Order: sequence, then structure tokens, then C-alpha cells
Amino acid sequence: MKRWEHFSHQADIGVRGLGATMAEAFEQAALALTAVVTDPADVAHPDMIRICCDAPDAELLLADWLNALIYEMATRNMLFSRFDVHLEGSHLTAKVWGEPLEVMRHRPAVEVKGATYTELKVAQLPDGGWLAQCVVDV
Amino acid sequence: MDIALFEHKSEFEWQIRPFGKMRVPGVIFASEALMREMDAKVYEQVTNVAMLPGIVRSSFAMPDAHWGYGFPIGGVAAFDADAGGVVSAGGVGFDISCGVRTLHTGLNAEDIHAVQERLADALYHAIPAGMGSTGTIRLDDKQMNAMLRGGARWAVERGFGTPGDLERIEEGGCMQGADPAQVSEQAKKRQRDEMGTLGSGNHYLEIQQVTDVYQPDIAAAFGVKPGDIVVSIHCGSRGLGHQIGTEFLRRMVMAAAGFGIELPDRELACAPINSPLGQEYLGAMRAGINCALANRQILTHLTRQVFSRILPRAELPLLYDVSHNTCKVEEHKLDGHLKKLFVHRKGATRAFGPGHADLPAAFQSSGQPVLIGGSMGTASYILAGTKLGMQTAFGSACHGAGRAMSRHQALRNWGGRNVVDELAGRGILIRSPSLRGVAEEAPGAYKDVSAVVDAADGAGLARKVARLVPLICIKG
Repeated sequence: MKRWEHFSHQADIGVRGLGATMAEAFEQAALALTAVVTDPADVAHPDMIRICCDAPDAELLLADWLNALIYEMATRNMLFSRFDVHLEGSHLTAKVWGEPLEVMRHRPAVEVKGATYTELKVAQLPDGGWLAQCVVDV
Repeated sequence: MDIALFEHKSEFEWQIRPFGKMRVPGVIFASEALMREMDAKVYEQVTNVAMLPGIVRSSFAMPDAHWGYGFPIGGVAAFDADAGGVVSAGGVGFDISCGVRTLHTGLNAEDIHAVQERLADALYHAIPAGMGSTGTIRLDDKQMNAMLRGGARWAVERGFGTPGDLERIEEGGCMQGADPAQVSEQAKKRQRDEMGTLGSGNHYLEIQQVTDVYQPDIAAAFGVKPGDIVVSIHCGSRGLGHQIGTEFLRRMVMAAAGFGIELPDRELACAPINSPLGQEYLGAMRAGINCALANRQILTHLTRQVFSRILPRAELPLLYDVSHNTCKVEEHKLDGHLKKLFVHRKGATRAFGPGHADLPAAFQSSGQPVLIGGSMGTASYILAGTKLGMQTAFGSACHGAGRAMSRHQALRNWGGRNVVDELAGRGILIRSPSLRGVAEEAPGAYKDVSAVVDAADGAGLARKVARLVPLICIKG
């Protein structure tokens, strides 16, 4: 059931991850974030970085996770396409793989400014799966 | 939007009477047609802003209002620090001091037509645009702090532009009260390679032609006449502003309960103006404003360099520079008395009327130039602030067309190549690193800017002075 999708916001764009676990939904939301910029299938993943965050609840943790990725994308000038997220309570550790942005190849549609708290939601679905979503400002 | 929810006060003014926890009314300035098209979320967000502590007069939305974060985009709200008023990171937004500046050129359309392709290519080459683009300026820690304190003034001192530019920028090009110590190392790191870059999304640099003048006297004061060529630059505080917004939004969400503030929406995160957190945010946000002013000043310099090569007889003095996403301390008349207020404009332009002490001598009789951005294929407008506008929405007006549909929907409707070709057929050259980005920003994805401007004019927020159309658009 793991997958990602975008949803509509009038000025910007929503990212949504779905997975069997909350961690998997966070990984899929991260793929949706990359897909705002370019097709994740075009992003190779030879380089690995680590990300940690802590937050008082799962929703703020999702925003922190996406904001940490946005920060790494901006300061390392990289795109990411593979994610391994571990959650322990409100503590997130992740390994993230990607490659340096190449404008001519990746043709980035837009850069992401930040993950917002608009439509921010982390929830278990009736089928037992998890959803993680928010609108990102572009 | 359901207009039955509103009291129709006049042709362009729609009021929401306070109910529930609203402290003041909500007011939207728009025509009936714009109201009917407006997203219902605007009603909800205008109402939520009216619940914040210390808000005065009304929670306003401009004619281009659309669904934003906490505040609507196009939202204006003023707070009284003495009445427990707040400052809101969400009420300013991620792209602090995103704004528009317009430069004269002294050229006419024929001058441009002769070199249009060459000029488009040269500008695209010289102006770093889009994700991953970097500027040529690297700032060390000391220089970064000096830039955050000095804004466009810092840029001019470094040779980017002339002292004459500064009086044509709000705050004289330098926002007072900036405190670089409140800007995190992460925010500064994010800015290291981004000085003098355009960014992406709806940011652009356009060569435009004045097609119509509606108020000849004011247009003369602004120095524009039909046929004139101008350059408009739309961009903001880049990664530094985005990071300040991200960090303070989180801190304010965490602190709200401790301040006894009940947030109707987390994105409305705020802190009392008279609190350490409120003051820290103001210091950081003002540094963000200076970053945006410096950035637009550097882009101006790069533009002038291109013109000096291709059209050497052109001079590019600054008409004016306006900011859209800010919280500024201003004096306004409230219940007959002058009062110091913290005015938030989220996707709204300051529009001070004639005689305002903060305006340069050249605009004392005309009011402030209000620069309204278009969307590649559509018109832009120059308006002027009014005395009436000072009394209604604290001297504020709309900032652009506003999106009519999501990026998602735009991608379904248009292909980037088709948009570029169609505009080229109409004499508008687009240069962008991303065709998908162009499709997402297709002119048809925006509201009719003319209707927005007519509503602002009709409501008396600002007077319509001139209309411009693009000839070249560099898109991030």
C-alpha cells in the first residue's frame, strides 16, 4: 500500500505519504517532496546523509522531517530519492540517499521554501495503514 | 465563496460581523465576481485572524486574496502592543519581504524589438534563476551580519547601485531594528550562495512596456508614459527568509499555550509583541527584510550591467521598490488618535497615500507607487496609494493577480513548451530552466489581474495609474 501523491492547495502544493507504518508514510511523504521538484525516478542515490529530529507530537515531527530535508536540499544542493526512517516515540532518525542537483538533467520545476502546518496530518487509516501529509510552500 | 455569509457594505466591501471568538469584524475588498470565485478558505482564515489578541479595527483581505497559511494571502491585520497585541511568523510568511521593484530604462518598444532575443539571452545568462542557481557573491560571517543590518544600503556601499536608489525603496533601503544575532546559523548558511539570485515559483524579472496611463498627473510624477520600457523584478529574501519563517513558526507554536494564546489554526502561530520571543522574531524578520532589499539591489546591478552592454544609452533609475510579506511598525489613526501599530501584510502591498512623511519628496503629492505583478503573459499595473486607503486598511493594497488554480491543476491543463511557444507568438520571450515550472506558472492559472486592480481602485485602496505588458520574462 505504500505510495505517495500530491494534493491541491490554491497557491502551493500538498505532499502526502501512505504506508503500512508511520515511518513508511514519512518516507513516502519525503518522496512526494522530491517530486515537487523533479521526478524521483530521475534521482540517483549514491550519496548518503543522516537526519535526526525530535518533536512533541507526530505532526510537528513530520513538519520537522520535511523541513530538515528542505534544509539539506538547499545547503548541499542535492536531491534525495531513497529514505530509511526509524521512529522511536517522538524521535526520528533517518538515512537519506541522493545525488547533487544537476539543473540540465533534473530540470527542477521549483524550489521548496518550507513545510507548513496547513493540512498537516499524521493519522492511522481505517485499514490500519498510515497517512502523513502537509502543504509545502514553493 | 458564499456571499450570503457577508454584509455587503458597499460595491467593493464585504463584512463579516464578529461572532464566536472574533475580536473585530472581517472585511474583504472585492467585486461580487471576485467574491464568488474566491476560495471559501479565505472566509475561514479572515475569521481566524480576527480572533488573535490585540488586533485592531478589522481583519482585512485584499481583492487578490486566496487560501494561504493561517493568514490568507492578501491578508492585512494590525496589532496594538499595549493591548496584548501579537506578532505572527505565519502572518508574515516564509518569503519575508518578497516584493517587486520597477526600473525605468528611458527606452521605447522599438529599441527593445531590435535586440529582444539577445537581451533575453543575456539577462537569462546574468540573472541566476531557479533551484540550485548560485550568486557570485560569498559573504563571510561579518559581511553577512553587515548585510542583514544594512539591506540595500549595504549593497549600494559595496558598489551595487547608486545612493539615489535608496530613497526609492521603502525604509530608505534599510529596515531599522534588524538583529542579525536572532538569525540562526542555519538560516545564514542557507543564504551563503544565494545572494543576488532570483529564486523560483512566481518570481521573475520582466522587461515590460507601458500600454496605458489612467492618471496622467500621477504617471508624470512616477515618470511613466505610454510606450515606455521598464524592468520589474519580483523576488524575496531567499533561503534566509524561508529558514527564519520555518524556525520561528515552530517556536511560536510551541510557546503559544504558555502565553495563554489559543490558536484557531497552528499556522497562526504568534507571540506577544512585548515578549522576548516576539522581540526576537521582529529582530530576525527585519534582518530578513534587509536580506530581500539587498538581494533585489544586487539583481538591479546585474540587470544594469546587461543593459550597459546591449543598450548602452539606457539608464535604469529605480522607480520604486515595494515589499509584500512584512510586519512593520507604523502610526495610524485609531479612534481619532495616532497610534503605533504592528501592521502585518501577507501578500499585500503597503500603499501610503499623499503627504505621508515616509514617502520621498517626489511622491508627496502622488502617493506611493504600488507595483502589482502579473503572470508572464498578463499585464502588470502601477497604482498609487490614497488618503482614503490610509483610513481603511492601514494604507494597504493588493499585490498581484493571485492564483486561480493549483499547480497540480495547471500541470494538467498546460504543457510548458506550449506556453512558451504561445507567448512567443504574442511577442513575449520566456527564459526558464524548467518547462514544468513554466507550465505550473501558466498565465491561465492566475486570476484576471485587471479585475483585481479595478477592485482595489474601486474600493479606494489605491488608484490605477498605468498598465504594463511583458516583452521578456526570466522565470526561476
